[in-house]
Amino acid sequence: MGFGQLPYDVAHVLGGAMLLVSFVLLYQRRTAALVNALALQGVLLAAAAVWQGYVQGAPQLYATGLIALAAKGIAIPLFLRRMMQSRMPDRAVEPAQSIGLSMLGGVLLVALAILVVLPATTGARALAREDLAMALSIVLLGLLTMITRRSALGQVAGLMTLENGLVLGAVGVAGMPLVIELSTAGLVLVVIVIAGFFARLLRERFDSLDTDMLHTHRGEGR
Amino acid sequence: MLVAFGSLITQILHVALILAAAPVIVGVVRWLKARLMGRRGPHLLQPWRDLLKLLRKRPVLAESASLVSSVAPYLAFGATALAAALIPSFAQGMLLAPMADLVLIGGLLALARVALALNGHDAGTPFGGMGAAREMTFAVFAEPALLVCVMVFAVLAGGSNIDAIGAALREGAMGMRVSLLFAGLALVGVMLAENARIPVDNPATHLELTMVHEAMLLEASGRHLAVWEMQAALKLTLWFALLAAIFLPFGTAPAGSGPLAWAIGLGLWVVKMALLAFGLAFFESAVAKMRVFRVPDFLGAALLLALLAAALIFVSTGLA
Amino acid sequence: MLTLLGLCFLALLGLAVWGGSGRMPRAMFLGCAACMAGLGLAGGLALAGGELPPTPLPIGPPWAPSLIALDALSAWFLLILALVGLPASLFAAASPPPPAPVARAEGAAFPLFLAGMAAVIVAADGFSLLLGFEAMSLASWGLIAARHPRGPGRRTARLYLGFAIFSGLCLIAGFALLAPAGLGFAAIRTAPPEGWRAGMVLVLVLLGAGSKIGLAPFHVWLPLAHPAAATPASALMSGAMVKVALYVMLRMLMDLSGPAQPLWWGLPLVAVGAATALIGALRANLEQDIKAALACSTLENMGLMVVGLGLALVFRGADLRPLAALALGAVLLHALNHAGFKSLLFLCAGAVASLAGSRDPDRLGGLIHRMPWVAGCAMLGAASAAALPPFSGFASEWLLLQSLIQGWRVAEMSVQLLAAATLAVAGMAIGLAAAAMVRFLGLVFLGRPRTPMAAGARDATGLMRAALLIPAAASALLAVLAAPMLALGGGAIRVLLGANAHAPVTGFDLVLGEVGARYAPWAVAGLLALAVVLIAFAVRRRSKLEPTRGPAWDGGFMPPPAHLPFGDPLSQVSAAGLGQPIRRSLGAIALGIVERHEVAPPGSALPAALRVEAEDRGFTHVLQPLTRLRRTLSREAELLRNLTLRVYLSISFGTLVVLLALVALLERG
Repeated sequence: MGFGQLPYDVAHVLGGAMLLVSFVLLYQRRTAALVNALALQGVLLAAAAVWQGYVQGAPQLYATGLIALAAKGIAIPLFLRRMMQSRMPDRAVEPAQSIGLSMLGGVLLVALAILVVLPATTGARALAREDLAMALSIVLLGLLTMITRRSALGQVAGLMTLENGLVLGAVGVAGMPLVIELSTAGLVLVVIVIAGFFARLLRERFDSLDTDMLHTHRGEGR
Repeated sequence: MLVAFGSLITQILHVALILAAAPVIVGVVRWLKARLMGRRGPHLLQPWRDLLKLLRKRPVLAESASLVSSVAPYLAFGATALAAALIPSFAQGMLLAPMADLVLIGGLLALARVALALNGHDAGTPFGGMGAAREMTFAVFAEPALLVCVMVFAVLAGGSNIDAIGAALREGAMGMRVSLLFAGLALVGVMLAENARIPVDNPATHLELTMVHEAMLLEASGRHLAVWEMQAALKLTLWFALLAAIFLPFGTAPAGSGPLAWAIGLGLWVVKMALLAFGLAFFESAVAKMRVFRVPDFLGAALLLALLAAALIFVSTGLA
Repeated sequence: MLTLLGLCFLALLGLAVWGGSGRMPRAMFLGCAACMAGLGLAGGLALAGGELPPTPLPIGPPWAPSLIALDALSAWFLLILALVGLPASLFAAASPPPPAPVARAEGAAFPLFLAGMAAVIVAADGFSLLLGFEAMSLASWGLIAARHPRGPGRRTARLYLGFAIFSGLCLIAGFALLAPAGLGFAAIRTAPPEGWRAGMVLVLVLLGAGSKIGLAPFHVWLPLAHPAAATPASALMSGAMVKVALYVMLRMLMDLSGPAQPLWWGLPLVAVGAATALIGALRANLEQDIKAALACSTLENMGLMVVGLGLALVFRGADLRPLAALALGAVLLHALNHAGFKSLLFLCAGAVASLAGSRDPDRLGGLIHRMPWVAGCAMLGAASAAALPPFSGFASEWLLLQSLIQGWRVAEMSVQLLAAATLAVAGMAIGLAAAAMVRFLGLVFLGRPRTPMAAGARDATGLMRAALLIPAAASALLAVLAAPMLALGGGAIRVLLGANAHAPVTGFDLVLGEVGARYAPWAVAGLLALAVVLIAFAVRRRSKLEPTRGPAWDGGFMPPPAHLPFGDPLSQVSAAGLGQPIRRSLGAIALGIVERHEVAPPGSALPAALRVEAEDRGFTHVLQPLTRLRRTLSREAELLRNLTLRVYLSISFGTLVVLLALVALLERG
């Protein structure tokens, strides 16, 4: 399987689009747009999973895709938006670092992921190798988002990006059993709910979603 | 011999076509924007009428203006016209195709930009200088993005000749490539900045503090202004043609083909231009102009996208 | 050939004695110009085929005679020296002589400076090369110190001397490592260094020649020292002395270290060159002194040349000879082009400084009306420096960009990624250079005069105009005849890459053989001229009215009152204002910038003020490293105790990234 063949191309474009959305999540400052981007990424992930199921002839991947679509494409964004409307004014999510720097860091991380994955997977199919490189890039970008974001919503976005990258990597590998995928997805769903709860708690307690507020409550103070 | 004659004919037809089409494309974009905003919109030939009217008026030069104000418009227009003549429209293998190097095209655009910036400085007015400073700053981000995109295309086609790139992308089974998607987005960003479109600059603004491109033309009048307007229109056409030649290469008549293929290529080119014009009008209607100091962020994102495209293309060539 | 060289050297030494006496300085400088013409003739003859094999001289150190030789590489750089030295000497003859003690010191140092540079280029053994290098460094220090007996200029001279001694020591150590068998170049070539010795040579040459070139982070002295000397000396330092250091780098890294060096040798050069280019181009947009801005533009150009040199090493290591020849051709051609346009620009700046009375762009303006010749020359030079086709700088930067674009042909992912990143940085540097040149032209020559001095300036005449026209004509010729010129320098490429390498040239075009990219300067120039003429003709046929003059419209502001004949000077953009967008978006890369906005209290009539303080990071990061290190270390222990949640996260994340990088490294090697 190589370039110019449909299975490869579509998978490639879907992965690339997810990577692009991860960058949007990294720099986007407005909360509404952030949630939209999260939803878009979930939909893309679902499409990628369905496509892989079709290519590999693995029906369990359709289920994964459906779960992704329902949870990440629809349910979580809806929940976040509702929470945003009811609990939070529509204010900008300010990243801690400058946008240019975090974007530059993102590109460096992608380069690093490529340099790591390609030699490590010699012998595997080209599709799997490139998919893995993209999945690792998305995971690293998610981590970077979590670090550079100050608000709880931004951290949720980073966490979800990270998890989307994991699932993308998992669906790309042929023969991965369904159980693991479902459990991964379920686990992360729980984590996200906790994160949402956490955000809500924060807001009620401190009237802010800023995790920096927590520092004074670590016991020793500054 | 016949092939050489054909290449000469296509070159002449191409130059005539883009010169005639440039103001019309500006008119189409304006008309589409007006329609999208619920207005009726000016006639498609209105830019041509404006140009002819401006040509009839007597130019007024500022007392502090020098020779630069009278020479720069022609130099900028000449450089833009030469660059536009290199980019294939309906047929490939034109007479100047061996020279049609993308780095050279970038250089010619830079020449036009410098002429424009010097024109802004010439009368010694604050707005002109401010516009020149901003224009040159935007170019600092746009140029590397363009160059890295050229590198991506060079990996696919071997070299940086746009004729060869167009041919390679049309004939080779390139498929859908993520790197091309990224490079395309980056080039669109560069295109918006180079042509002073929303969200970088507003082509219809009349507020001096926010404008970039128009600020450098405040002192131009009469035929000088006509040449500047024509240059801006030609630059927009050039960028449309560039995007079409790389990302929509299908249907272009290959080198050495006959008039029938040219006619098909011409028809398709018109369709591509219309598509791009609609895309631009839609985008401009949908987004707001950003603050001047956000523009480096915007163009920096374009640059990073281009770098990402390069990284991905290295991966895929490393695999193949 | 030997006679010609010997005569020139003896004449230069004699002229130094004459200049030291302080009598008839004008004739002395004309003599220097004649010597430069002679050396240029020698270089041209050698390139045309009359090379001089290594020849022992009757003088030299006790253990062996000094050797001189003139192969194609030396001849090319001799040509560069002559291209700068000839107009600079003429300009020196045309400028009014300074007071007597200064004139004597400069008169002695100037010919010695020229002789030292020529000696480095023609030397064929390490000893003479180092001797020439030291003479060059000391004489140029003398030229700076002569103008500044005290004050900040003196401190600059001391800083320069420190760097000069440092680079000399590094080069001495480098030659010591290269030459266990003997200092003659032929002896060194028979036993090229290997292993750790080769690595040390690379480091020492990077430090020694690199600090002379102004490579980051050793660039801080250059924008201070180059403009501090008199204009002809500045032109020589910026146009020729850095090229001599580049020659030393080429000679030691590509020729004497042998062809068997590994691919990674080029990588540090590429990275450092790119950083230098970016910093230099950035600072060129922020300087408040036109000569300092030009010196910063030198940094940018030298950075690009070092990138090309590094690429040539990479391509040679990857066994891609045609691409190595391409990158090397870019370096050689750009060195020549830069010599032409940079000497031109420096001399223009010098003419402005002496005829309009200031080097501060905020005291100039509108000089195109009063000094049309100087303005025309400056525009030609600036267009070349901004890499605009069809002017001279574009041809060589086109070659450089093409060799970066072809960097993907090295089948090594990290090199490809580095090439892409360097391409982006180089593009940014070129864009910044264009911005700097627009700023230079716009502030100095266009607009309205900002002071009565600028309004009353006179144009350059006589010898001074001739001194400007020589490099201007050379730049114009180089623009159109870039390809034949590079073909003439093909011998230099063969010296460094072996006998079957050839310059990327076909006829009058620059061509990349198998890739099919082509740049035909003559065709571009011709077509551009044709297009401009046709357009002007067509427009004038429809539009026949002659323009009238009126007050500038200026967005509707009133024309100035009668007592302000040039208008309100404050209503023009200032130097700081023009640099502001770049300072705001990129300035923090090279400079530590502190901006303070001072608003007058309510009721006060004081104007608001914006104060910007900028310091090169080279000072803060290199010259004061020890104190910083100590302070940081002591504070580090304190900080670790009291971090925020996110910083803890970033520390663990950073560890993960480092581990991944380690994995990547281990897998490759």
